Amino acid sequence: MAEYDYPPVDFETHPSRYKHWRLEVEGAVATLTMQVRDDGGLWPGRYELKLNSYDLGVDVELNDAITRLRWEHPGVHAVVVTGGYDKVFCAGANIRMLGMAPHAFKVNFCKYTNETRGMIEESSEEAGQVFIAALNGTASGGGYELALACDKILLIDDGNAAVSLPEVPLLGVLPGTGGLTRLTDKRKVRRDVADVFCTKAEGFRAKDAKRMRLIDQSYPRSRWAEGVAAFAAGVAAAQPQKKGEPVILPALQRTEHKGGWSTPLVKVQVEGRVASLWLKGPSAGPARAADTWGLQIWRELEDALLRLRLNHLDVGLLLLRSEGDAAAVLAHDAWLEAGLAAGEDFFFAELRRLQTRVLRKLDNMAKSMFTLIEAGHCFAGSLFEIALASDRAYMFQDDDGENSIQLSDVNFGKLPMFAGCSRLALRYPGEPELVTKLQGCIGEAISAEDAMGEWGLVTAALDDVDYDDEVRIAIEERSSLSPDALTGMEQNLRFGGAETCETKIYGRLTAWQNWIFQRPNAVGDRGALSLYGHPERPVFDFRRT
Amino acid sequence: MSINYDERIPNNVDLSSDKRLLKALEHWQPAFLDWWGDVGPQVFKGNEIYLRTAISTDPGGWSQFGHVRMPDYRWGIFLASPEANRVIPGGDHAGQPVWQEVPGEHRNALKRIIVVQADTEPASVEQQAYLASTAPSLYDARNLFQVNVEEGRHLWAMVYLLHAHFGRDGREEADALLQRRSGNADSPRILDAFNQPCTDWLTFFAFTTFTDRDGKYQLGSLAESAFDPLSRTCRFMLTEEAHHMFVGETGIERILERTVELGRLSKNGDVRELGGIDFPTIQKWVNHWYTYSLDLFGAEVSTNAADYFAAGIKGRWQEATKHTEHSALNAFKNVPHVENGRLVDRDIPLRNAMNEELREEYIADCDRVVKKWNAALERMDSELRISLPDRRFHRRQGLYAGIPFNPAGEMITDAEFEAKRAEWLPTDADRAYVQSLMKPVHQAGQMANWIAAPKRGINRQPVEYEYVRTDG
Repeated sequence: MAEYDYPPVDFETHPSRYKHWRLEVEGAVATLTMQVRDDGGLWPGRYELKLNSYDLGVDVELNDAITRLRWEHPGVHAVVVTGGYDKVFCAGANIRMLGMAPHAFKVNFCKYTNETRGMIEESSEEAGQVFIAALNGTASGGGYELALACDKILLIDDGNAAVSLPEVPLLGVLPGTGGLTRLTDKRKVRRDVADVFCTKAEGFRAKDAKRMRLIDQSYPRSRWAEGVAAFAAGVAAAQPQKKGEPVILPALQRTEHKGGWSTPLVKVQVEGRVASLWLKGPSAGPARAADTWGLQIWRELEDALLRLRLNHLDVGLLLLRSEGDAAAVLAHDAWLEAGLAAGEDFFFAELRRLQTRVLRKLDNMAKSMFTLIEAGHCFAGSLFEIALASDRAYMFQDDDGENSIQLSDVNFGKLPMFAGCSRLALRYPGEPELVTKLQGCIGEAISAEDAMGEWGLVTAALDDVDYDDEVRIAIEERSSLSPDALTGMEQNLRFGGAETCETKIYGRLTAWQNWIFQRPNAVGDRGALSLYGHPERPVFDFRRT
Repeated sequence: MSINYDERIPNNVDLSSDKRLLKALEHWQPAFLDWWGDVGPQVFKGNEIYLRTAISTDPGGWSQFGHVRMPDYRWGIFLASPEANRVIPGGDHAGQPVWQEVPGEHRNALKRIIVVQADTEPASVEQQAYLASTAPSLYDARNLFQVNVEEGRHLWAMVYLLHAHFGRDGREEADALLQRRSGNADSPRILDAFNQPCTDWLTFFAFTTFTDRDGKYQLGSLAESAFDPLSRTCRFMLTEEAHHMFVGETGIERILERTVELGRLSKNGDVRELGGIDFPTIQKWVNHWYTYSLDLFGAEVSTNAADYFAAGIKGRWQEATKHTEHSALNAFKNVPHVENGRLVDRDIPLRNAMNEELREEYIADCDRVVKKWNAALERMDSELRISLPDRRFHRRQGLYAGIPFNPAGEMITDAEFEAKRAEWLPTDADRAYVQSLMKPVHQAGQMANWIAAPKRGINRQPVEYEYVRTDG
């Protein structure tokens, strides 16, 4: 099937504009009801979102709702996710949409939905908003994976409703949103039980599902609403109260210009296969507000990264630069630290989670990243994590040693990667003592020469004779290499060390899925994914690798 | 093939040679009898009824009549005689030998299809459990019971397949068939049409005419299955299903006849004044049950339907004899879609439109029934005519679900539909009126005022024959 040249995706929305979700808050319990409009797909007229199946547009709304619950509804302690149609909770990602989407879109769609699922888990585990999947009907494929991301799964017991992962038997692909990993690592399902479950297209109904640990609780139809409400109330009551007034997130102010766009703190310029990002440092001191620099810049960067991922598939290399006052960045960091230490206001913890999340998005970019640390930059403290997340960092070395970088507390474990460790710790697998020594340099200006020679914090420090040329050559060389090989190489090098559920999902699961998504058995003329919904049945090449 | 009546379960599948299967079914049988006692016919429970029992599948030999108490009815397992060298009628494997065992890759799909079909059989018995208490005659009560025991036997037939071919999963599904209950909020029957109670006889006749006819076409498509035991089971069930539709068709025809008579007896033509069922009410019941039954065929465009056909799990109606090209590939069917408030032609790959293909066979059959009724009206010199609404009218499933069409098939506005709803579909007042007529007539040969006597009795017996022995 010909790939569809899809229109740009917009990642911003607001509950008042939701097409597919209803967000209702009642006391400490919020209910998110999924009622997908079948004619409301991102690519109008190309597919119908039947049976509460979703596309990226549906997930953008979900992501927005989760985000707003955190900032705008801190009084919510339990979030019930349920379906708005009778008999079906959610049928997962829309197969027709996947069938016509370019490969890169499929992968980025899965990455985005995975990040949304990850945010659900973060809500439950860290933000005191415990997600409960209330499956009012069958949850299949991505529908069940959405449930798996929730902390608890309730299933209606009406003799019909089932949970299932039919990707392998029906579509010849994998559950792409963490399903396999969460079955074994999160719900502790025995591997042979999981094997049976993942190959049985129709799945299992309440009684068996509970026995197999696929769900936590079931209620008959007549006691469903009451059972879910009581369960949610119990969960909400067990969560500690939070302090602090809600923070309303304003829409981002974005202006498009030739070859790029700007938000107040992030400018993006695309030239061929290279995108340059300029991050602007703070112009005012910190404040507890949605527009404080430390919150605003990460929201803008997150939006920029998403747009680059989905709307600029050709871009293979990001050049990250900054300009501003490093001391002001560190002042914002210190203010956040003090707020966290006081431990009162939810605002500070939420802000830290936002920073952590956006940095992880950076780790997960399937694009090369070079940080360019040039005169007038403000890569210090939290912002220096961007350099640490990059594949390489080039630093301008001036004669007076004025171009310097500064570390702060946050670089030492406060902004952990998915694997749970800091980027600094992962940077020195052979010299762990360097991390301890670097802690002694907190607050000191580290010159380009030391940053490279003594500490290895940057890839190269270059003086004005070499800088422009070396950087140009590095960019040109990078741009010439195979994009697939680079993605694979970067992901291997970025994620050394131990594994977690998340690293397995983004690494092993995604890598295999990407491979399967390319194979003729899935996407060839007679592949299972290509033929799903078509009159012919798939024909497989049965040779195993 | 002869039947061993010494066995507890009459059959023509050589049950005694398969001890494991026999044991499974003997285990299921008491549960079935409990179910029958609890939620089966609750009127004339212990009375002797003049029923037909299958004792052989030979042509003409499967109908033996005699008086029997329903709990003693000999529900048995009968498959149509095997056809030598039968080949798969349609799909990707057309022309290859049929399967005597379930292929692993199609096991779940086949099981699901059998369970959904099987679930309708006990469901309709449950829906009609109290209906005999208002039977318009003993003749009708007997027909109801005949339908009920045969639905019970169809359940047996499907349970046999589940036990014989689907292992432990099959046994669990067989048990679950006795645990779901029509209309029960917590464990309803699978299909919606089978969760509405049937408490009046106009509904019963409309249901047996239209909804049982859906069963006929579903069984017909399964009779073309590559899985031979399923095909043989369904072929035999089809012969019994014909009686159910006979009950419905003649029931409505007798009501029409009485309605015409009462219309002539009345000074002002008001049939209700004389305790009859007026013509518009009959038409509304037709509209309701016909459209509900259309929904049962599933979505107009269906991936499952394409898969089932491709795999050979289901065939088209009379696939083997009616069609010459059996792959149904490279063929398309126009299935109009609603786009921007208009019907737009869309060519759908034929395999994906198999539900619609079957629905069309059904519609043609319903047309034939309505023509028969109208011919009867004509013979009575009546100007009245029953009509079938368009297939898009009043749908709750598929492409046209919830979109307002009038009975002529024209798209209208919601407001226009609502304004006409009471003219087209039964109202609460209509239902209350029909219900008010439901008074039992339990003397042999007597008929309720709102229905004419049948032309002839059952098995050449007179109409006044004691079809139900009311003395116990």
